[in-house]
Amino acid sequence: MKPFNKNIGKDSEANLKAEHITADILIIGAGGAGLRAAIAAQERGADVIIVSKSLLGKAHTVMAEGGIAASLGDVDSKDNWEVHFSDIIAEGVYLSNWRMAEILAREAPGRVYELEHYGALFDRTSEGRIMQRAFGGHTYRRLCHVGDKTGLEMLRVLQSRVLHRQIRIMDETVVTRLFKAKGRICGAFTVRLRSGTLAVIEANAVIVATGGCGRLYMVTSNSWESTGDGAGLAYGAGAELMDMEMIQFHPTGMVYPPGAKGLLVTEGVRGEGGILLNSRGERFMERYSPTRKELDARDVVARAIYAEIEAGNGTEHGGVYLDISFKGRNFILKKLPGMYSQFMDFAGIDITKERMEVAPTVHYQMGGIRVDAESTATCIPGLYAAGEACAGLHGANRLGGNSLADILVFGKRSGENAAKYALGKRHNAIPEHEVHMESKRIASYLGRGTNPYVIAEKLRETMSTHAGIIRDGKELAEALGIVKRLKGDAKRMAVGGGLKYNKGLVECFAVNSMLLSAEAILRSALMRKESRGAHTRKDFPKKSPEWRRNIICRYSSGKMELSTADVPALPKRLAHLVKKEAY
Amino acid sequence: MEKVRLTVYRSSGEGRGRFQEFSVPFEEGMTVLGAMRYVEQNLDTTLAVRWNCKAARCGSCAAEINERPALMCKTRVESLGMDSTITVTPMKAYPNVRDLVSDPTENFDISGRIPAFKPKKGLKKPWVFYERDVERSQEFRRCIECFLCQDTCHVVREHKSGYVGPRHVIEAAALDMHPMDALKRHVYLNREAGLGFCNITKCCQDVCPEHIRITDNAIIPEKERGADVFYDPLVYAIKRLKGENK
Ligand SMILES: Cc1cc2nc3c(=O)[nH]c(=O)nc-3n(C[C@H](O)[C@H](O)[C@H](O)COP(=O)(O)OP(=O)(O)OC[C@H]3O[C@@H](n4cnc5c(N)ncnc54)[C@H](O)[C@@H]3O)c2cc1C
Ligand code: SF4
Ligand code: SF4
Ligand code: FES
Repeated sequence: MKPFNKNIGKDSEANLKAEHITADILIIGAGGAGLRAAIAAQERGADVIIVSKSLLGKAHTVMAEGGIAASLGDVDSKDNWEVHFSDIIAEGVYLSNWRMAEILAREAPGRVYELEHYGALFDRTSEGRIMQRAFGGHTYRRLCHVGDKTGLEMLRVLQSRVLHRQIRIMDETVVTRLFKAKGRICGAFTVRLRSGTLAVIEANAVIVATGGCGRLYMVTSNSWESTGDGAGLAYGAGAELMDMEMIQFHPTGMVYPPGAKGLLVTEGVRGEGGILLNSRGERFMERYSPTRKELDARDVVARAIYAEIEAGNGTEHGGVYLDISFKGRNFILKKLPGMYSQFMDFAGIDITKERMEVAPTVHYQMGGIRVDAESTATCIPGLYAAGEACAGLHGANRLGGNSLADILVFGKRSGENAAKYALGKRHNAIPEHEVHMESKRIASYLGRGTNPYVIAEKLRETMSTHAGIIRDGKELAEALGIVKRLKGDAKRMAVGGGLKYNKGLVECFAVNSMLLSAEAILRSALMRKESRGAHTRKDFPKKSPEWRRNIICRYSSGKMELSTADVPALPKRLAHLVKKEAY
Repeated sequence: MEKVRLTVYRSSGEGRGRFQEFSVPFEEGMTVLGAMRYVEQNLDTTLAVRWNCKAARCGSCAAEINERPALMCKTRVESLGMDSTITVTPMKAYPNVRDLVSDPTENFDISGRIPAFKPKKGLKKPWVFYERDVERSQEFRRCIECFLCQDTCHVVREHKSGYVGPRHVIEAAALDMHPMDALKRHVYLNREAGLGFCNITKCCQDVCPEHIRITDNAIIPEKERGADVFYDPLVYAIKRLKGENK
């Protein structure tokens, strides 16, 4: 079929001229992490620009459902930061950076109260305090929530605060490359979708808050924008990636109808008492996890569901049942209104009367950009990262609710530290020839060539079949071969149309990011010859003490180089909080 | 295989657009967005269509489907009748960028002008308030900013009256009904935000995908508050009617 907009496809050199914008700090991403960082940096006096690929207020964070983990002890008074801390370390299967876990556990309550003081309205306890719900792997009821729309509340409150301040926002703008000069970050190249123009942003510090890479898989809860761009940008600038093999499968995603496949069914359903049944009507979690049952850690429940389906105990559409109907209509409408309408609208199922069908869905990336625990700085001066885009906190498995806590706690820290770094420094000019080369690269995607969606589809299929819940050396190696071939195809990618709101062009950038993340995931997964947390190897089914290490990927003389690093040892003052790891 | 027939608005953003027909294979439970994604991936990668969550949670995919404002990801193809062609056009209340994408960013300027949340003075920490105190405000906080209500409102659409529109009335009302907020925004709403131009047709609440009772629970109460300060004939009439019915 002939593209309709063919006349705007002829972008002359003149159209490819980039406008110049300057700021102290450039924040890439307008999710919770990016917005919280912007507020912190602006409060410190920095001139901030936020750039986001999607429209303001639409970032992936908006979908978060279950809640924010913080040990307020409003419901279970025995809770405190020390218990939260030990939950993170144990459930992350001892791969987490202890200092990040400590910071998160200590600072999350403060960030939640602060969000409340910004205007967030959490559900309340009968004593008028913030209501907290149970979630898998948390010792106590710890998730502060607003029904099953916690992310929406968080994002709107932060968004409103940003809009009432002197913070510039460039939404529907894609960052395609970071620039360095004299060894430090000096800015980024962007494509502005609505105007169809290019812009170079000069800044002393850049915070990467681009979220995860769920769209590497066919079945995912993630948004369109979650294509691992941050990892790609940071890696390209010389930063390190860590724990990339750790991809979280959420146990419960929708399986039916096909268009809704992968949409998240919040853990809140199980937190509020929902139970899992196989097609024979058996509450199978009693077998896999006799004490914690449905509320065991995500990796455990996801593997159990997977095993039930593999064993032929699955439902008609290849899932298992999740039932909450016995809680009654009023309860469900108050506590899980989003789930109610999601099933009503997409599947025509009334969850107050009927069971849901669910199966694991790709949900979260524990790995990502390697950062310093205190400051969120990467190894490149001026480059910071926060939120799902970075690694270290969650180790081999993230607990529900810890991500929303993460983006508030480390979002704030990244904003503060980037401001400290950037203020008072002179700008390093962006090398002109690099700007020119980047414009030319972008122009090369406009015209005739391989359809990026075809490459993306093949990549998704490969990752889903070869690097899923249960992995195996041979399949991982095979996938790596396919990714290599796809990288070759990606060199010939091009789409019709011009710069203006050209989503095919955006897909070209996304394909490059996804290929990079895929390569890092596959190589790391091949290297880790054990099973730990979210990473399960058929050929190495046991956990091994030798592998209590983080795997790191970096760019070195033309290729990806892997190495390992010891997980930082717990200091004495914290050691007593954590049970010794059992093998 | 069953086919879904679509008539899609195409434009360069300048001048009038035209319509283009597509036909895509039907899949069970397919939404209008599902059909659009099929087009953008397989038939024409230059189609401009905005979407993100595909779960009716982010509000990106607002458009007019058979002339009715709706979310593409929430509208099932079957619900429109399988044997008719589905017409998809962009929201009309905002400048058209290209094809199905319009530019609703003026809403962010409005949000930035609404007096921000301001806690009462001298509150003891941690704040104590109850479920019954939050329910009213929480209804408005379900808003996913799809701007469909804005698109439907004839005042926002046709008249350049300066009326900020229903989304922003509930935004202000959500703050007003926050139990710890110190301000009252009806002065702002009636004096600066043009609330008086709303003539309570309720079209906005009819299209809201979150089923927020925009007119009943936000607009009328805010008008009533304002009516004590400013004279608004419509509200005055409604109040009298309500009084008589009681
Ligand atoms: C359905 C669902 C429910 C969830 N529920 C919970 C929960 O209850 N509790 C919890 O703790 N966590 C939950 N999570 C996880 C959590 O929501 C995310 O991990 C978190 O919101 C990530 O926030 P972020 O700020 O790091 O990134 P995101 O919110 O993903 O934001 C990324 C931003 O970066 C921008 N961006 C990306 N690439 C580019 C680029 N190249 N150029 C410019 N901008 C770019 C995007 O446009 C976006 O603005 C849930 C996730 C899902 C999908
Ligand atoms: S009730 Fe008021 S705001 Fe709503 S559509 Fe009618 S005129 Fe517009
Ligand atoms: S009030 Fe409803 S229709 Fe209006 S923007 Fe919000 S969700 Fe959309
Ligand atoms: S894509 Fe998010 S509401 Fe439709």
